[in-house]
Amino acid sequence: MESYALLVAATLNAGTVLAIAALGLLINEKVGVVNLGAEGMMLCAAIAGFAAVVHTGSDMVGFLAGMGAGALLGAIFGVMVIYLGTNQYATGLALSLFGVGFSAFVGITYVQEKLPPRTQFEIPFLADIPLVGSAFFKQHPLVYGVIAFVLALIWFLYKTRTGLVLRSVGESPESAHALGYSVRRIRFLAVMVGGALCGLSGAYISVVYTPLWVEGMVAGKGWIALALTTFATWRPARILLGAYLFGGVTMLQFHLQGLGVQVPSQFLSALPYLATIVVLALISRNPAWIRVNMPASLGKPFHPSS
Amino acid sequence: MLKLELRPEASELWRYGSPLLALLITVALGIGLFVLLGKDPVRGLQMFFWEPLKSAYALGELMVKATPLLIIALGLAVCFRSNVWNIGAEGQFVIGAVAAGGVALLADKETGRWIVVVVVLAGVAGGMFWAAITAWLKDKFHANEILVSLMLVYVADMVLGYLVYGPWKDPAGYNFPQTKSFEAVTQIPRLMSGSRVSVGLILALVGVAAVWIFLFRTRSGFAQQVGGLAPSAARYAGFSSRKALWLALLTSGGAAGLAGALEVAGPIGQLTPYIPSGYGFAAIIVAYVGRLHPVGIVFSAVLMSMFYIGGELAQSRMGLPKSITGVFQGLLLFSLLACDTLVAYRLRWQSGRA
Repeated sequence: MESYALLVAATLNAGTVLAIAALGLLINEKVGVVNLGAEGMMLCAAIAGFAAVVHTGSDMVGFLAGMGAGALLGAIFGVMVIYLGTNQYATGLALSLFGVGFSAFVGITYVQEKLPPRTQFEIPFLADIPLVGSAFFKQHPLVYGVIAFVLALIWFLYKTRTGLVLRSVGESPESAHALGYSVRRIRFLAVMVGGALCGLSGAYISVVYTPLWVEGMVAGKGWIALALTTFATWRPARILLGAYLFGGVTMLQFHLQGLGVQVPSQFLSALPYLATIVVLALISRNPAWIRVNMPASLGKPFHPSS
Repeated sequence: MLKLELRPEASELWRYGSPLLALLITVALGIGLFVLLGKDPVRGLQMFFWEPLKSAYALGELMVKATPLLIIALGLAVCFRSNVWNIGAEGQFVIGAVAAGGVALLADKETGRWIVVVVVLAGVAGGMFWAAITAWLKDKFHANEILVSLMLVYVADMVLGYLVYGPWKDPAGYNFPQTKSFEAVTQIPRLMSGSRVSVGLILALVGVAAVWIFLFRTRSGFAQQVGGLAPSAARYAGFSSRKALWLALLTSGGAAGLAGALEVAGPIGQLTPYIPSGYGFAAIIVAYVGRLHPVGIVFSAVLMSMFYIGGELAQSRMGLPKSITGVFQGLLLFSLLACDTLVAYRLRWQSGRA
């Protein structure tokens, strides 16, 4: 039974990685910008965060470094797609390709580095409850933080005036512009925030999730996070649930291996990617449903014509 | 302040000038990077832009690397012009290599030279099959082809890993994860002795002509591009968007598979976990820098090949990480996209706030 509790714990942990990045991408997409550069931003943030912890010994500095790297790359992407009007898909792709190369280049000297001993977090008393304790109450603070963030984001997007402006920029940039809002500035800020969140997720990977640096260690999680926004039909709560679902699939492979199931390990490693494909196909089956939920200006550049 | 102003029509000058300006910007950034790392920038540039050109042998090696890039990028040009975003050419390359390798492993001492044709065709079929999964999921379920094709890259790597660690592992290979070396009859014929350049280069150049004719001289090539530029116009003209989707993905998948076959049955000669080389991703940059034009792609494939060789030389002779190639590739595509703004817009100084 204890192994199931650990599976739940690992699922929440893996889901947190995906959720943070996917929520960042959601914020981007709510204002109408698709950033295919998630994978690249996460990789650069992973090495930035890892290096920062190696040099300062502080996880907090690591997270900030990751967020900074993500926000910076997000800003570069934002200038290009928002102010220069470059194609969002191609630019995002460029960011991903660049991020893969750049992180490998910068990270080469950190391959053998080790982080200071990791802190084991647990919530007093609750963590001592049998099974439930090890399943839910021995997690990194960010695992709880992301749940709080989702609640805050729902409130922000659907209950505040600023949230409404944000959504209207994504649904109808022309009307938002006519009402006097600076569509491009709002988009740019959202893209930077999205980048910072992808960065936080990347830093979480290299500092907490698998505390080391390996070339390409994000291993497609940025792309899976992108798929999650569609999967969740652009709703924050569904993103969290989806992230846990995919986190579970990722962890299932280790669990099955532990149980001695006779399946080639490569098949199990392919599971998260296969699951993403299957889920995308199922969710996209009805294009009308996607259209209703998708921010209407998604992927389209906006030029104030006046 | 500096302001972008829409040109009345797209600038022909900048359409061709932009890749050159992008290259200059990349070189400038490269010089900056070398200086930052305390390396001699002149020597650095030499590794990338002179060493790959300075002898017949070096030129041969340049062609060896340019060939797969050229072939994959030609397929992608057709695909991207149709507005189909296949970014999983890397996976199609790997499955093409696996299929070709599977056939090559069947050959024995008695097999005739004809087997090499089957090896190549198997590669094409493998790549097409892998791309067909993306096409089918897009066609039937409207699943986003960007994410599906990309996810399939990871799956393709796992398929390759399973085979070389499992059933196809060379029993006499000291437990290394690799197949036995292919028989000599499966080897792609070389053009001349003393160089690794193979008939693959001829195939690639034939491909350049074929893609040019298809895109600019056939009705279905025209339909393909109209569908990409103006889907509603294409519908009005009665061009099928489903046909365009399948054609785009099968062409690019087949091309990537062909490149995979030429690599395993050529310079590599066996299946190993190191087949995924990043060519499938680099070819995306090649296609863009070459303006999605078959002739432009020839130049950009050679340029990208120089980046690869330069990166290897920078590693062995200057102690820089080989991944510098990836940095330059990414920078080049970034600069190109930014410079392309000048095709549609011009820069204007404007005093005060607009």
